[in-house]
Amino acid sequence: MATFDLELVSPEKLLLSRPVEMAIIPAAEGEMGVLPGMAPMIVALKGGVIRVQENGQTTERLFVLGGFAEITPTRVTVLADEATPVASLSRAAAAARVKEAEAAYDAAGSETPETREAAMDRLLAAREMAAAAEAA
Amino acid sequence: MANLKELRGRINSVKSTRKITQAMKMVAAAKLRRAQQQAEAARPYAERMARMLGALGQAVAGNPDAPKLLVGTGADQVHLLVVVTGDRGLAGPFNTNVSRFARARIRALESEGKTVKILTVGRKGASYLKREFASRVVGEVSFQGKKRVGFEDANEIATRVTAMLEAGEFDVCTLIYNRFRNVISQTPTGQQLIPAELPEAKAEAGDAQAWYEYEPDEATILAQLLPKNLAIQIYRALLENSAGFFGSQMNAMDNATRNAGDMINKLTLTYNRTRQANITRELIEIISGAEAL
Repeated sequence: MATFDLELVSPEKLLLSRPVEMAIIPAAEGEMGVLPGMAPMIVALKGGVIRVQENGQTTERLFVLGGFAEITPTRVTVLADEATPVASLSRAAAAARVKEAEAAYDAAGSETPETREAAMDRLLAAREMAAAAEAA
Repeated sequence: MANLKELRGRINSVKSTRKITQAMKMVAAAKLRRAQQQAEAARPYAERMARMLGALGQAVAGNPDAPKLLVGTGADQVHLLVVVTGDRGLAGPFNTNVSRFARARIRALESEGKTVKILTVGRKGASYLKREFASRVVGEVSFQGKKRVGFEDANEIATRVTAMLEAGEFDVCTLIYNRFRNVISQTPTGQQLIPAELPEAKAEAGDAQAWYEYEPDEATILAQLLPKNLAIQIYRALLENSAGFFGSQMNAMDNATRNAGDMINKLTLTYNRTRQANITRELIEIISGAEAL
């Protein structure tokens, strides 16, 4: 099957760089499956799990906490704010993060809509993380 | 001529100094390697970010309501200087070089009638600049007690700078830090952060680079990407700063160790000469005493 190069980088390191057949990425407006030959796009990401498929099977699952993806027909580059393989997510850390985000969201109750929305995004990302940790 | 006991004491104290500087050199070398690896690891992200930003920048260039982070406030009156230095001393000319560079920059700006504000990162630069420009320092950040700088630290500084920009507290932001050229040479550099200097989008052969689709849309993505770019630029400066710091410290400690060695040799020579002179003198005394009998 045709492949494209998938690169996943976080500010602290390069996590993944190899040809894959398909990747499912958590775009801001819904999950998105990427196959070779996609039209060039730049999308924002929300917190969620990137699934990499090779030979018709999911071979890798990585949790990202927001970021961007640049898609060209032959290459996909994901710039993640923070990325961790799902297997090494810790349930306790995720739960702590959810709690923190909930508190921040409550505190943002009287702020401008923008700050509230940002807090909401963070909370949703934290919940995704907890769910991914739970499933792993 | 110094007496023998005194000389012995000095030799011993120089010897223990040499032990300390040698140990510090080893530690700096180990930390340097780690800092360099960290800097290496951060490079791919920065490169990809620059590429994306280049593409996006073209898409919104000329747009009148482009975000402030990209185009600045349009004025050029208030300058914010973010000065990055080490937290500790004993690193040769490392901290002084950046601080001096910053001072020259501040002087130049003020002589043009601009207002200068300073945000210091690292304790050493803070104490240097505060002596002369205390009234211009608007904030200090230090990573003392931290093992290594992480991206969150850079992010924190970026958030602060962004907040100041939103509040209209400055027009132009420049980052001043030691660029890590190699282990023995670091050069103080000023890099303009806001308005952002856009990297040129390189047209890749065979790729229709210019025709991206955006989801949600250019403005939203750019609004998220720019603060991140700011953070990554600061992060890079922090990493270069820490790599440079250890490089410089390693050098300084190497020199100090060598100097201590020279000093020990010189002192030992004096010590032995004095000892010999003493023996000779005593012999003469004994012989002449015997002859007198």
